Amino acid sequence: MKVAITSNGNSLESKLDQRFGRCGYFTIYDTETKGIEFLPNPNKDAQEGAGPASVQLVASRNVQKIISGEFGIKIKPLLDSLKIQMIVLKQPEKSIREIIDMLNN
Amino acid sequence: MSPRPFRLRKISNLPVISGFKPYGNKKNGGKTESVFLHLEEYEALRLCDYEMLNHHQASILMAVSRPTLTRIYSKARQKIAVALVQGKQIIIEGGKIYFDSEWYSCKNCGCFFNNPDKQEEIKECPLCKSSNILNYEPDNEETDGALTRCMDICICLSCGFETPHRFGCPCKDEICPECGANMVRKGTPHKRNF
Repeated sequence: MKVAITSNGNSLESKLDQRFGRCGYFTIYDTETKGIEFLPNPNKDAQEGAGPASVQLVASRNVQKIISGEFGIKIKPLLDSLKIQMIVLKQPEKSIREIIDMLNN
Repeated sequence: MSPRPFRLRKISNLPVISGFKPYGNKKNGGKTESVFLHLEEYEALRLCDYEMLNHHQASILMAVSRPTLTRIYSKARQKIAVALVQGKQIIIEGGKIYFDSEWYSCKNCGCFFNNPDKQEEIKECPLCKSSNILNYEPDNEETDGALTRCMDICICLSCGFETPHRFGCPCKDEICPECGANMVRKGTPHKRNF
């Protein structure tokens, strides 16, 4: 199962980004193969519509869970109809490595 | 003046099938026309006739007003009756709807998460696998648009006990905690009213 985590950098030490649509990078983590992939977010500086565009990007990778600090109002019904689980974690000091460790426990 | 904006109907899950087909059609040589049952009408039918909720409770779940829910429901019954009488097939699709899910919070890691698939019950936090989770209900009763409380009072006719009326629950189903009799709405013309 694949999990997307929003991060503000492209390393394991970077922190969880509190925004979903305009986050710096998406970390795609595969819980079975333990593979980690960093996707730069092309919608980082978008004026509007960053959320739905990011959903499309993440959904094209067959992600089943998304971990982020906050989800916008346009995204929630989209993810609900795609049956992707949203996980809201309001801890900006958490690094990607810590979150992946939590998922592996 | 622009018309009042259309309120999207909230539905919980898609139906397990996409329609019904009649069989044994004697006329038309087996050709069947179809009736399009909208998803919102399916949901109203499911809530009212399968879950046995009353129209007010169902209207809150679908995020519309009670009269709107009743309109959707009667349309659903009309369409199904047409399909049964005229031997048409029913196709469940369309309608202006959105999906919503329940939210949970985890007491162990402090995260919030939703349940995208309502068929399965969530027992543990998806992040830390802790089972210390809580059903998180945001306080959005006021923004739902549906009237959720009123100033009416239920009264017990035998002992005079009064309690605020609970919306969606008929007064005659309420049992007086003092004497165990059925209660009635205060101020309505009941035979033995005060």
